[in-house]
Amino acid sequence: MLSGKGGTGKTTVLASFAALPENAVLCDCDVDAPNLHLLLEPVIRETHEFYGLQVAHIDSEECNECGLCVDACRFEAIRGFQIDPLACEGCGLCARVCPLEDISMRDTLVGHWYVSNTKYGPLVHARLRAAQENSGKLVMAVRKRARELAQETGAAFILSDGPPGIGCPAISSLSGASEALIVSEPSLSGIHDLERVLGLCRNFSVRPLVCINKYDLSDENSRRIEDHCGDVGVEVVGRIPFDPDVNSAIVQGRPVVETSDGAASREIRALWEAIATCPVP
Amino acid sequence: MILSVASGKGGTGKTLVATSLALSLEGQMPVQLLDCDVEEPNAHILLRPAIDSSEPVTVPVPVVDKETCTYCGLCSEVCAYNAIAVAGRTVLVFRELCHGCGACSYVCPAGAISEVGREVGTIESGHAGGICFAAGRLNVGEAMAGPVIRAVKRLADSKATVILDAPPGTSCPVVETIRGSDFCLLVTEPTPFGLSDLTIAVEVAREINVPCGVVINRDGAGHDGVERYCAQEGIPVLMRIPFDRRIAEAYCRGETLAACMPSWQEAFRELFDRVRGLAAVGSAS
Repeated sequence: MLSGKGGTGKTTVLASFAALPENAVLCDCDVDAPNLHLLLEPVIRETHEFYGLQVAHIDSEECNECGLCVDACRFEAIRGFQIDPLACEGCGLCARVCPLEDISMRDTLVGHWYVSNTKYGPLVHARLRAAQENSGKLVMAVRKRARELAQETGAAFILSDGPPGIGCPAISSLSGASEALIVSEPSLSGIHDLERVLGLCRNFSVRPLVCINKYDLSDENSRRIEDHCGDVGVEVVGRIPFDPDVNSAIVQGRPVVETSDGAASREIRALWEAIATCPVP
Repeated sequence: MILSVASGKGGTGKTLVATSLALSLEGQMPVQLLDCDVEEPNAHILLRPAIDSSEPVTVPVPVVDKETCTYCGLCSEVCAYNAIAVAGRTVLVFRELCHGCGACSYVCPAGAISEVGREVGTIESGHAGGICFAAGRLNVGEAMAGPVIRAVKRLADSKATVILDAPPGTSCPVVETIRGSDFCLLVTEPTPFGLSDLTIAVEVAREINVPCGVVINRDGAGHDGVERYCAQEGIPVLMRIPFDRRIAEAYCRGETLAACMPSWQEAFRELFDRVRGLAAVGSAS
C-alpha cells in the first residue's frame, strides 16, 4: 500500500483488508510514523533490536582541533569538534583522516521491530527511534520477517502498509511486492503525487492498482485521476466515498469494516474482493 | 527567522498551513517559502509561483580509472554503503547506493578514483507575488532526499522570514529540514493517528533543540487526546482549524485557506506573532 501523498487513507484501507481474509500476514512498513498497530490491538510476542549505520565519536581528550575531519566531512556533521550524531551518515572518513586516530565508529541502536499476535493474523511492525536514519533497512527487516512468517504458516497474502513519499522507505516497501495498491485522493496535490508514485512503480516493475479515496470531494479531480490512469494503462479498482464513519472507526481504534456498514465500508469490502480475485501478474 | 512546518503524520495540512501563513505575511515583511518535501513537493500547487530557474542537484560519485587501478579492493573495504565492489579485474560502482562521502577516493593508494556529479533531483525557484519561492524535487527512483533538502535550505535568505514546508514522518528527511529552525509548527489532527505521530514529532524537535507549537487541523472531528497531550507536555496549541468540508473541497481545488477564506489571514498573522515571541523565549533559554 503506497500513496505518495500522506494522509490519503492507506492505513484505514489496509486495516480493513486485514480484517477480511483468513490467511494473511500483516506488516507495517511505515516505520517512522507507524499507525497500523493502533487499529489491530497487537500483543507483542517478539522484540528485536535494530542497529543502523555506525556513528562517529570524537574522543576529545586527545583531539588537538586540527580541523582535518571538519574539512573532510561532506555532511556538515562536525561542529565545534563534536560529532552531530543526527547529521553523521556513518561513512567513517573522519576516522580515517584523523592523524591522532582519535575518532571511533560506534554502533547505534536506531529502533526496534516486533512480531505481534492480532486477531487478524501475525503483524510485523517496527518503530524507528525519533530522528534516526536508515528506515529503508528497517523496512527490509520487517518485510523479510513477514515473508518468513507467510512461508511458515502458508499464508496466501502479505498485506503491507507503506510510508508516504517516494524515497528510500517507499522504495524498500515496494521491493518484493507482487502488486501495489495506490490510495489516492482527488486533490491537485494528490494527483501530482500519484503521478510520481506511479512512476516509482514503473521504475521497479511492480504493477500498480489505484483506488480513489474520498472521491466525492471533487468529482472533477476524480475524473482527472481516472483519465490519467487510463492514459498510462493503470486500472482504477475502487472509489471510496467520503464517510464520517471512517473517522469514527479510527477514533475507536478499529477497522472501519468492523464498526460500520456505511458507504465507505461497503466499498472497501468490494475493493478487497476485486484485488483478492485479481490474477497476480 | 526560520520557521519549519512539520507533522509526523502525512496529510494533516502542513502545506495548507505553510502556504496560508506565507500569503498572510506577504506585504508585511520579506517572505520566502522553501518546499523541503522533496519526495512529494506540493506547495507550488497552492501558491502557483512563476518559476524562473531550475538547477540540478548532484551527488559526487566515484569514477575509477582502469589504467591506474591496481584492484587492491581498499575502496570496497572502506565503503560503508556497499556502493563499490572489486571482483577480479573489475570495479563495480552502484551509484544509487553512493552517499558521496568521498572515502573511496581518499583511501585509493593508486589515485585512480575521481568523482563526477550524479543528478538526484532539481531545485526550482521563482516568485509567487511577493513571496520568494523555491522547491526541491527528488528524481523518481532516487532513494536519498537529504542532498536535495540541503540544497533547498542553502537558498534561505537571512533577511526574510523563511517558511520551510517539511516532509511527513520523523526520520532523516524531517531532521534535515527542521534542524537549525528557530521554531517548528507541528500540524496534527485530533485522532489516535495524529496523536501517535505528534508524540514522535515532538521527540524529534526536542532531540534537536527546536522549540515547537501545535496547530490542530480538522478540529472537532475526533477526540481530545491531542489537547490533553499538549496540556500535559506544556506544548502551546497555537491554532485550531475546524473540520469543515468546504476547506477540504477548496484544498482539492488547490486553494489555500488564506485565499478561499480571507478572514483567516488575520489569524495567521496572530499565529506568527505568537511564534515569534515563543522563538525568542526559546533562543534565550
